[in-house]
Amino acid sequence: MSMPIVLKVSAIRKDSKNVKTYVFQHDLRAKPGQFVMVWMPGVDEVPMSIGWQTNTEFHISIADVGECTHAIHEQIKVGDRLGIRGPYGTSFEFADYDYIIGVGGGCGTPPILNLVQQAVKAGKKVTVIQGARSKDYLLFKDLFNELGIPDLKCTTDDGSEGTKGVSTDILKEMLEKLDKSKKTCVYTCGPEIMMVKVAQLCEEYGVDCQVSLERYMKCGFGICGQCCMDDSGIRLCKDGPVISGKLALQHPEFGKYHRDQAGVVIK
Amino acid sequence: MIKTRLLNFYLKSPLILASGILGLTASSMKRVIEFGAGAVTSKSFNKDWRTGHKNPSIVPFEHGMLNAVGLSNPGLDEMIKEIQLYKEECDTPIIASIFGRSIEEFGEVTRRTCEAEPDMIEVNISCPNVHSEFGQPFGDSCPDTAKIVQIVKEHAGNIPVAIKLGPHGPGIGVIAKVCEENGADAITAINTVGPGMLIDIDVQRPVLSNLTGGISGPAILPVAVKSVYEVYKNVKIPIIGTGGVTKPSDAIQMILAGSTAIGVGTAVYYEGIEVFRKLNEGIEKYLLEKGYKSIEQIRGAAHE
Repeated sequence: MSMPIVLKVSAIRKDSKNVKTYVFQHDLRAKPGQFVMVWMPGVDEVPMSIGWQTNTEFHISIADVGECTHAIHEQIKVGDRLGIRGPYGTSFEFADYDYIIGVGGGCGTPPILNLVQQAVKAGKKVTVIQGARSKDYLLFKDLFNELGIPDLKCTTDDGSEGTKGVSTDILKEMLEKLDKSKKTCVYTCGPEIMMVKVAQLCEEYGVDCQVSLERYMKCGFGICGQCCMDDSGIRLCKDGPVISGKLALQHPEFGKYHRDQAGVVIK
Repeated sequence: MIKTRLLNFYLKSPLILASGILGLTASSMKRVIEFGAGAVTSKSFNKDWRTGHKNPSIVPFEHGMLNAVGLSNPGLDEMIKEIQLYKEECDTPIIASIFGRSIEEFGEVTRRTCEAEPDMIEVNISCPNVHSEFGQPFGDSCPDTAKIVQIVKEHAGNIPVAIKLGPHGPGIGVIAKVCEENGADAITAINTVGPGMLIDIDVQRPVLSNLTGGISGPAILPVAVKSVYEVYKNVKIPIIGTGGVTKPSDAIQMILAGSTAIGVGTAVYYEGIEVFRKLNEGIEKYLLEKGYKSIEQIRGAAHE
């Protein structure tokens, strides 16, 4: 439960310009939206969400954005090993809903993939909206297709694929003509500014919403206090990363600021 | 709830959130109070911000936890703001935990920390996981300890000062005596123990990025109980007994050894923040069953 388990990377997918997906042969049994701490020995350990998952393998998609993720991109090859702690945290809950709308932004898309995978298996109606900068940054087209999701929408900032614009434009249109007889929930993970908009739209249209948030973490199991949100003090590693959109909107820091490794507020 | 007096203030519970756990922000500390803590201690801070050691920095093992967070903190100015914010919204006491890289820095940090008017200042002179950067902890040396207590007291005005000691060095009873003689108002005993090391047998290297770290949790309870016992024998000032308290019987042992209040930290990993409520109920039940009206009646009873 505590020390990392060390797993071999069995395959590496290049999923976009800055995202590589690392495949591990292991029955992780994570719920969609949960995360693991990924340890690159000698470098650092970082929280990562879980993407595609079966009872024999799971995927971790890593964007090349910091020192540790860069080291993983540069140095980890098939057959190399990484330490994994977890899964930790809360998950996307979908059992009570008939209709699942997933809104993924850029490298926030993996947990949406995992959610959709479980929801399809449970026979739910599913729509996915994925937004990205351009077509080079859209993720998992093959895996979403494998799931047979008929309703896969995408937006790009530059219009190089799908609709030109942002994912929340499409969400707004959908919510406007939503069939209210179906119990619907919107799930989102991506840039915080996008999630704020998603949560606000859901409030406006009276639709349930669950958001997956991210803050700098040290322990991952609720004691260091590094990932606490103002003003409620909830810990995103333990009481999150998935919380309701309604709850997220009550936090003055949601979409506004976060704290760095030292705990300094970054706006 | 069990009311306890600690120096010049009353605690609604003798349980105090120990430094380093959930103590970075006002929001987080306020939440711990809602779960039944009688006071909170902030994360230790010094003058300038520090990012601390890289991850993994906290690793649980079968009987406790190993940590080398490395005194990460957002620095004096940010922490003063958080303490002020806490005080605006919460009237349960708050203890500011401070440290310095030099004896002079302890003085400066104390002087500035007084602006936030914490109910107490706890002086961390015993962190065991910054050895490669700071050298031997000040708390291992009687002359250094004396100098730090003097400079902190000089700048603390009427805010009481607790010195946080480790179980190492020339003997915790001896160091506690030095603290008392130089004007300390209380002793917090103990800091994490060690340093220790855990090695991953697959990767075949130490798990912590810092290689070594301080040990906390159930594994260190006997060391903590013995340390409190030792301090109680040597000084008259109150003790905040900290180290490995997870179950009500652990907290009661701390009181019997001589603690006025009890620090709780790593237990949050095992029991959740609810641990404060569970410990309060357990202590209360013990007092009731044994026919005591307050914890004062059993404080230090193990010495008789």
